[in-house]
Amino acid sequence: MSTVEVVREAARISLADTTSRARRGRDAVFLGALWLSLLVAIVTLATLVTSTLVTGIGSLDLRLVSSFPSPFAADAGLQSALFGSLWVTITSGVVSLVVALGTAIYLEEFADPRSRIQRLVTVNIQTLAGVPSIVYGILGLAFFVRKPFDWGFTVGAAAATLTMMVLPLMIVASREALKAVPPSLREGAYALGATRWQTVRKQVLPAAVPGIATGSILGVSRALGESAPLILLGALAYVSYNPTSFASDFTVLPLLIFKWSTEVQVEFRALAAAAIIVLLAMLLALNLVAIVIRDRSRISW
Amino acid sequence: MVTLGTETGRAPILRPMQSTVATAEPSGVEPTSQVVLEARDLNVYYGDFRAVQDVNLDCHKGQITALIGPSGCGKTTVLRCFNRMNDLIASARIEGSVTYHGIDLYGPQADAGEVRRRIGMVFQKPNPFPKSVYDNVAFGPRVNGERDKKRLDEIVERSLRGAALWDEVKDRLDASGLGLSGGQQQRLCIARTIAVDPEVVLMDEPCSALDPIATARIEDLMQEIKQQYTIVIVTHNMQQAARVSDRTAFFTTEVNPESDRRTGRLVEIDDTRKIFSNPSDSRTEAYVSGKFG
Repeated sequence: MSTVEVVREAARISLADTTSRARRGRDAVFLGALWLSLLVAIVTLATLVTSTLVTGIGSLDLRLVSSFPSPFAADAGLQSALFGSLWVTITSGVVSLVVALGTAIYLEEFADPRSRIQRLVTVNIQTLAGVPSIVYGILGLAFFVRKPFDWGFTVGAAAATLTMMVLPLMIVASREALKAVPPSLREGAYALGATRWQTVRKQVLPAAVPGIATGSILGVSRALGESAPLILLGALAYVSYNPTSFASDFTVLPLLIFKWSTEVQVEFRALAAAAIIVLLAMLLALNLVAIVIRDRSRISW
Repeated sequence: MVTLGTETGRAPILRPMQSTVATAEPSGVEPTSQVVLEARDLNVYYGDFRAVQDVNLDCHKGQITALIGPSGCGKTTVLRCFNRMNDLIASARIEGSVTYHGIDLYGPQADAGEVRRRIGMVFQKPNPFPKSVYDNVAFGPRVNGERDKKRLDEIVERSLRGAALWDEVKDRLDASGLGLSGGQQQRLCIARTIAVDPEVVLMDEPCSALDPIATARIEDLMQEIKQQYTIVIVTHNMQQAARVSDRTAFFTTEVNPESDRRTGRLVEIDDTRKIFSNPSDSRTEAYVSGKFG
């Protein structure tokens, strides 16, 4: 070998993969585990949806929406439950959004983060967000249905109870959204002489809208799917009229589904599945709204 | 005399008629020059930590004052005292006095909003609002009560021209401010600041996130606007301080026996030429000649 060739040989640079077999193996195992987790989630969901669709699609027709619950499967529909769900969910959603926004803005933008009361309130809210919904049901029964409010088993009592249940979730979500707004945005506004409220209303809130919308709609979805506390609040299964005011009797979709699926007649099981499809469609629509709001007001920093 | 109180309401911004504050500067400053901002025995604390100790500093009308020094020497902290931006940090507090035309910025007649309207600020990282170019510039006048569309149009055009940005953005005033280049964003922030017609513009390392060409444009701009606005600039770039400023204040850090942490102190403030050619203090000379920092 000539000197020139030796030098060339030494200078030859390789980009070939030198990763050891063991390292590559670990990579593959890890990736496999990720795929498996994904598979479990998807298969579960797919099974649920398909079995519901197969069972319920036959009963999913206009009659289902146009009729009221009845002890006879052939006549039974879910209109009063649909309207009951809308009344309760929309009321609690709107009220809790307003109150949660106010609370979150105060805690994030106005309160002194070092104050003991502020920290106490924060811990309290986080704990409340984890309280089982049945506890809220008992609370609603004790305070709204009975004395001191004495509203009875009504839409109003149910909406108030679900509001209390959803509030902590929405406060936590809204606070996170406000926290994610870059401090430089606030500084920019303050440096132009804006007051605290002007800064919050014109800069911070608009920037936090996507996060607040996502969090709030998650909360509303929870209210829509909730059944446990409403059992205590007297949501009746067979209500043959739609609610007309907050003082009306009512039932909701999840409860009707529960009642129907425990009936002995097989026809009711198909009806329950059809009602589940309606409920799922409503949840899906809510999520779509969240996605649209998020995309419309997205800001790329 | 000017007032900074809320009682002035929405009155047009008052320019001081005369200043009775005597300048106590040893050299390099014309005797007629007027002190706009003055810090006396200024100490700034974050919680128990003293970040800045015993700073005495004057900024003169129509001049560019540069604050230089190594990292952590408190230049930005001092700058943020001049328009009360430190108020936004819950743990920050100051001792000593900071005055604007002789009025205590932290006194009972001074409203933080009014202070910031007269003493604007441009930040280190360009921070345009996630809104259109127009709305960025119009935000300040709007929060200060200007509603008239025609007047707003005029203010926006004048401010963008003032910041040498008008020709680049006049056809896309409705486009997002975040779509501009970094240098344009910073000039947008300058336009936004001068839109409320402040007397002083504080700049916190305004070019540190910009490339050399954008930096040169901002430096040119500073020279153009310094007749109208008194400028105080914090910079890490000594060449920049030497190029643009009339006076330079050199800060350094010293270990503080109270906390074992380093506290910022003002070493000296003087005519920029003197600071860079023949400073009084040996530490200044070591820093500007590149021996430390």
